[in-house]
Amino acid sequence: MAWTRDDLAKRAAKELQDGFYVNLGIGIPTLVANYIPDGMAVTFQSENGMLGMGPFPYDDEVDADLINAGKQTITELPETSYFSSSDSFAMIRGGHINLTILGAMEVADNGDIANWMIPGKLVKGMGGAMDLVAGVRRVVVVMEHTSKHGESKVLKQCELPLTGTGVVNLIITTLGVFEVKPDGSGLKLIELAPDVTLEDIAAKTEARYEVAI
Amino acid sequence: MTSGKIYSSATEALSGLLRDGLTIMAGGFGLCGIPENLIAALRDSGVTGLTVISNNAGVDGFGLGQLLNTRQIKKMISSCVGENKEFERQYLAGELELEFNPQGTLAERIRAGGAGIPGFYTATGYGTLVAEGKDVKEFDGKKYILETGLVADLSIIKAWKADERGNLIFRKTARNFNPVMATAGKVTVVEVEEIVPVGSFDPDQIHTPGVYVDRIITGTFEKRIEQRTVRQKETA
Repeated sequence: MAWTRDDLAKRAAKELQDGFYVNLGIGIPTLVANYIPDGMAVTFQSENGMLGMGPFPYDDEVDADLINAGKQTITELPETSYFSSSDSFAMIRGGHINLTILGAMEVADNGDIANWMIPGKLVKGMGGAMDLVAGVRRVVVVMEHTSKHGESKVLKQCELPLTGTGVVNLIITTLGVFEVKPDGSGLKLIELAPDVTLEDIAAKTEARYEVAI
Repeated sequence: MTSGKIYSSATEALSGLLRDGLTIMAGGFGLCGIPENLIAALRDSGVTGLTVISNNAGVDGFGLGQLLNTRQIKKMISSCVGENKEFERQYLAGELELEFNPQGTLAERIRAGGAGIPGFYTATGYGTLVAEGKDVKEFDGKKYILETGLVADLSIIKAWKADERGNLIFRKTARNFNPVMATAGKVTVVEVEEIVPVGSFDPDQIHTPGVYVDRIITGTFEKRIEQRTVRQKETA
């Protein structure tokens, strides 16, 4: 059985480590914050200028001056710090953030990722995604394995305009988990979702991969 | 003693600064920390053909969205738009130019511009559409692209408090692009919630020194929220 959105978030949460500074993308990655292992101290960065994101506010705590990068109202924690956008991306670009977990429309077996633009459709812009994939030390992608039409989104080469090239370290899809080989020569299949078979993966994956379960 | 930086209204603070075709930096992230009063004064001035450098483009009828409705903006330089139907319509109709910058590249281009640095190399965007036509250079085996510094004729920003000399303090995530844009405008106009006497701030706690600030006003703020998200209190 393929993983659900919450399953993907739970699996991605296993990539967290004690003391990590982490940036979560919008969508499924945001759910990862619900699955921090007990006793682990993880600090979430919001690229609009905050380290130490707290939970959503109670109704009487809402503060228009305190939002996350998804423009949602949030709260601060005792360890929170605020800074400018240029400091925020210095932190990202300079390799000071340990991990980012992002969604993707397509990934390729050399670590390329496309998640910002579909030609011919309205383009909202890349926001901070290009900076995150280029600068954060470890890039983990969570995504649907196939499109609505059943076509592989884990490819030999991305068809959509890229967000970054050779930047992804780990791909968690609805069917399993793949490591990207550091030399860009393909993927290693390291886990399967429950009841997903190697045949299922073979039928639904265009990318080059070796089985290493 | 004041510094002559304090103005009585947004319109007065912009007097003598506006002409058609200006390049203007506008602070804020989404609708958080935007210079609401100065944007409204720009709208009322009727100045047109503007190039606006701002992370986002407001929403329909609020923030920079107001200047889109009145067709005062010719070009936007932004990282993320799309919260705005009128923006979409004008862009798809070819009536509005748009230059997308990765958010960190946009912030650093502004920082560099304000710091007198004409260009810098970054790995962000290498191998993507963003790199098209840009110089590529290798440092220690990794490829980087050349991005240029940005300056503006006018920066309009929002801070929490100013003292009478223009030293600024921001509040929470309303800081965002505001301090860096303050450095990159040939003229920087700031709107704040409160102007306090010189000496009220602890000098160690000032975020933006007054050297970057030319004109100051106090404003009234709607502070519209884009995504009001709350959790429920557990009932006893």
